[in-house]
Amino acid sequence: MIAIIDYKVGNLASVKRGFDRVGLDTTLVSDPHHLKNADCVILPGVGAFPDAMNDLVEKGFVPAIRDFVNTGKPLIGICLGMQLLFDSSTEFGSTPGLSLIPGTVEELDVKLKIPHMGWNDLTIRQDDPAIRKITTGEYVYFVHSFYAKTDPKYIVADTSYGVSVPAIVRNNNVIGMQFHPEKSGDVGLRLLQTIKEMIR
Amino acid sequence: MLARRIIPCLDVRNGRVVKGQQFQNIVDVDDPVALGRRYSAEGADELVFYDITASAEDRQISLNFVADVARELNIPFCVGGGVRTLDDITTILRKGADKVSVNSGAIANPDLINAGAKRFGSQCIVLSIDVKQQDGKYYVYQNGGRKNTGLDAIEWAVEGVRRGAGELVINSMNFDGMKQGFDIELLKLITSRVNVPVIASGGAGSIEDFIELGQQTDVDGYLAASVFHYRTIDIADLKQELAKNDIPVRLEVSA
Repeated sequence: MIAIIDYKVGNLASVKRGFDRVGLDTTLVSDPHHLKNADCVILPGVGAFPDAMNDLVEKGFVPAIRDFVNTGKPLIGICLGMQLLFDSSTEFGSTPGLSLIPGTVEELDVKLKIPHMGWNDLTIRQDDPAIRKITTGEYVYFVHSFYAKTDPKYIVADTSYGVSVPAIVRNNNVIGMQFHPEKSGDVGLRLLQTIKEMIR
Repeated sequence: MLARRIIPCLDVRNGRVVKGQQFQNIVDVDDPVALGRRYSAEGADELVFYDITASAEDRQISLNFVADVARELNIPFCVGGGVRTLDDITTILRKGADKVSVNSGAIANPDLINAGAKRFGSQCIVLSIDVKQQDGKYYVYQNGGRKNTGLDAIEWAVEGVRRGAGELVINSMNFDGMKQGFDIELLKLITSRVNVPVIASGGAGSIEDFIELGQQTDVDGYLAASVFHYRTIDIADLKQELAKNDIPVRLEVSA
């Protein structure tokens, strides 16, 4: 079972449709106990970090996600879901995150338009099975105002928007994507296919 | 580097894509999903659908195309037309659109922008402005470009962003359908005053028009309808030419 964590964030349906397109059947899970039966867990999310984290805490997802990660099976965070994987965020004060990848989430402080919205190109920083179907220079679709600050050893790919913005991060079986693979055309499709193949 | 976006615009009436010139002479063209899929395959970066269905009741049915597009396409898309309430915005986003465009509804009730941005985030709320230059001034028009509101277009753009619009679509009515190029002067004025993405609309006739827009402004998105519908311009060719002129665009990387 491929679980999409259902905690009332906006883009669940969009993420689910993305996986539908690569023939991966997903289940919306609102009961944390059901993560035990999952082969892969998807953490979606759009909106504000504190609201999302509060919802995860209230619904009892935090220990369930940690237990799942300890099984070694893949956890994929997408957009805000990726930011939640880190230690904390400065969005509206300081909020602790899931601490599954060391690092913090901070506001994009650049002399460019905010949010960082549109198609930007990826630079692959290290070889990884998660990106074996994409190459440096390919474009994916971003919409965000905050970004992760983390050790380069966790950055698989980044993009440039005034600063280096981590785009794909990984700590063992925990993977995050700052952009929206489900909205990133053919490149996004290939990334979702890769996830599908990682689960088998 | 962030790419400039090529955005085909599709007017939808009763669930079908239609196209007129200067807001008139409407003719039937195509199915929203079929045309959207074609554009996506040709390299469109985003799509905009304006529902121009006349009655609110009929529009509820017409908007069923939004769910079809969301299911079939995997690039972002925006839906507008007749959006007057927070419920309208909610309906469109729930059907799967990434963004909602407000126009006359926001002129009648500017708080609609604040409410939409607060509920769903600025990135979802696009303020679309129909602008007509008269006697050296830029005015905001409404109701599909039929009525002069008397509002100053530049000030309305600034106010819209202050209220929470995350993107602006600036449609020059003087230039729309004329195929003589974009309204560079107006677009420069707007981009110098706001810090959100600006989409240029109205006037595209040739690839050179897009290159001129790219070289003379830092507009983020280039919107056009008829030149793409009738294949006057092929999107893949357009992006190649923009790239040759050092305007950043999303191109396929050959494996």
